[in-house]
Amino acid sequence: MSVTLVLDVIAGALLLGGAFLAFAAGLGLARFPDVLARTHAATKPQVLGLILVLSGLALRLRGEPIVWMLLLVVLFQMLTSPVAAHMVSRAGYRTGKVRRDLLVADDLGDDLDAAARPAED
Amino acid sequence: MIAVLVIGGLLLAAGAVLALVRAERGPTMLDRTVALDTLTIILVCGVAMEAAWSRRVDTVPMLVVLALVGFVGSVTIARFASVEPEGEGRVLTREEVAALEADRLRAMDEDLTSRDEENHGGSAQGEVAR
Repeated sequence: MSVTLVLDVIAGALLLGGAFLAFAAGLGLARFPDVLARTHAATKPQVLGLILVLSGLALRLRGEPIVWMLLLVVLFQMLTSPVAAHMVSRAGYRTGKVRRDLLVADDLGDDLDAAARPAED
Repeated sequence: MIAVLVIGGLLLAAGAVLALVRAERGPTMLDRTVALDTLTIILVCGVAMEAAWSRRVDTVPMLVVLALVGFVGSVTIARFASVEPEGEGRVLTREEVAALEADRLRAMDEDLTSRDEENHGGSAQGEVAR
């Protein structure tokens, strides 16, 4: 039971976890009813899945410059995916592609209503 | 490690196919954006898994590029293409294409026949005075 073997087993488990999240995202995309729900499903492999897969890759490669580059990938993804998801969801809401009956809380709708109402006081 | 590659590859392929199904079915542009974004990430995972299997380093810069490309696409579509006017982007029927073509030909004919005989070849404006 060498250190190399242990590291490889951990890397394999991480890679499998990331692949499972990608599969779950595909399932959610195909099954969920509207844009917001699909965005929710699509976010799973975008951050956690990517972190799992790249950690597994780093454990397999074991070189310091590579680890920095993989960290860069995760950093880019964590910076960009919230912005993209926000813009997609907002565009979907404002162009009426969201099913309002499925929403539990609708803060943006309340705010838009309040902004449209003329000031009374 | 080969078992991890096979099972992980199958899971990734299944996820990619399901995302493609959503990209094909739509129904809106935003659904397709989200699906293609997910497809990009699954591609990143696939490249990373291949690199982990063969312990190669040269594909890692590709991951950086792919992680950025998906962002540009989805933000552009969300910003500029999310409003789809009714009927636009639809595949036209044969009759509609024929009508459009006839309109175009008629406009071209009118352009050719409605020549002003007086100023044939353009008016004298701008000519050098003798």
